[in-house]
Amino acid sequence: MATEPLAKEVAGTCVDSYGSAIGMPQLCFDWFPNQIFWLVITLVVIFLVLSRVALPRIAAILAERQGTITNDLAAAEDLKAKAVEAEEAYNKALADARAEAQRIAAEARAEIQSGLDDAIAKADAQIAAKAAESEKAIADIRAGALESIQVVAKDTAAELVTALGGEADAKTIDSAVDAQTKG
Amino acid sequence: MATETTAAEGSSLVFHPMDQFIVKPLFGDGAIAWYTPTNVTLWLFLAIAAIFALLVLSTSKRAIVPTRMQSVAELAYGFIYKMLEDICGKEGVKYFPYVMTLFMFIVCANFLGMLPMSFTTTSHFAVTIPLALAVFLTVTVLGFVKNGASFLGLFWVSSAPLALRPVLAIIELISYFVRPVSHSIRLAGNVMAGHAVIKVFAGFAAIAVISPVSVLAITAMYGLEVLVSFIQAYVFTILTCVYLKDALHPSH
Repeated sequence: MATEPLAKEVAGTCVDSYGSAIGMPQLCFDWFPNQIFWLVITLVVIFLVLSRVALPRIAAILAERQGTITNDLAAAEDLKAKAVEAEEAYNKALADARAEAQRIAAEARAEIQSGLDDAIAKADAQIAAKAAESEKAIADIRAGALESIQVVAKDTAAELVTALGGEADAKTIDSAVDAQTKG
Repeated sequence: MATETTAAEGSSLVFHPMDQFIVKPLFGDGAIAWYTPTNVTLWLFLAIAAIFALLVLSTSKRAIVPTRMQSVAELAYGFIYKMLEDICGKEGVKYFPYVMTLFMFIVCANFLGMLPMSFTTTSHFAVTIPLALAVFLTVTVLGFVKNGASFLGLFWVSSAPLALRPVLAIIELISYFVRPVSHSIRLAGNVMAGHAVIKVFAGFAAIAVISPVSVLAITAMYGLEVLVSFIQAYVFTILTCVYLKDALHPSH
């Protein structure tokens, strides 16, 4: 706000001698050509800047971002599908492995069982053979012992008869000992 | 404006609310010819610089994840693009650079005008009338080029009763030619009034008793004017879109 008097003659009809506006400066038609001229230049410059540089660039940025987002979403979807697939494969492998393990365990169990059965049968047979052998040996020993007992008894009886002053009759002693030991 | 009356009251209380709109030469004190660089030139070029900084420099990195300034540029782009597409449809998108030029110029000029000591270019009818006339002529020429004589169907309201149609046609014709007037005066009037009111309040601030109220009032008006700056740019742009739609689809 210029308050000091300027006394400008160039001010014309729009500005008084104090440099203040006369009426509305908006309606000062002396200034119109100047304002319109610079406005047209400004608008042309802005239009060129926007249509040549700014707007295509922003459109490209927005399109690129949209593309990136779409691609990323697709990639994420892809990865998710892959993850699900991998999980399925894993579960399947796990189930397979479990079934295989069960099969192997059952097989091993059957094998062991049959081996065990064989071994038991063999062992039973061996035990039976051994037992029969032992029984035979016992019977032999028992027979041997009986004979030995008779011989010793006969000898002892003969000695006793002799010691008692009798005549040791072999036949009598034998039959007596036999009769005694059989009973 | 009221120099004589206020000068009589005393030198402490002087209102010159309209002095802020005076066009002055940038260099020297000569007369203002059509080519003279003036404060209008300076603030118009500052608007260019602001638009360049906002839309070109901020997007120079072309970041996928935008910086703050790039976000603003993208928001402005999306805002006007969507507005144009919503109102005019797909055919309207062709005129996007034109509409964007109008919006960015008006919004930047309005906001630059909110700086203290600045010159508000959009407060001048010499600026807003060419803008509105450009829209008016574009729409009229485009309407006839696109639709031929059927563009006149804009004035012939076929959904109204036949007897009413001539009357409506006259009203439509008048309203069509009033468009550039209202379009330009709305913008310049709003901006000018706000700035003048702020200046008046500023004049009252010279009186010590009133000055706190005056400062508060200036603050409140400033907030309102910031809102008006954007809304008027928005209104100008949306009306441009509506007029463009008339040219592209003249049937009601």
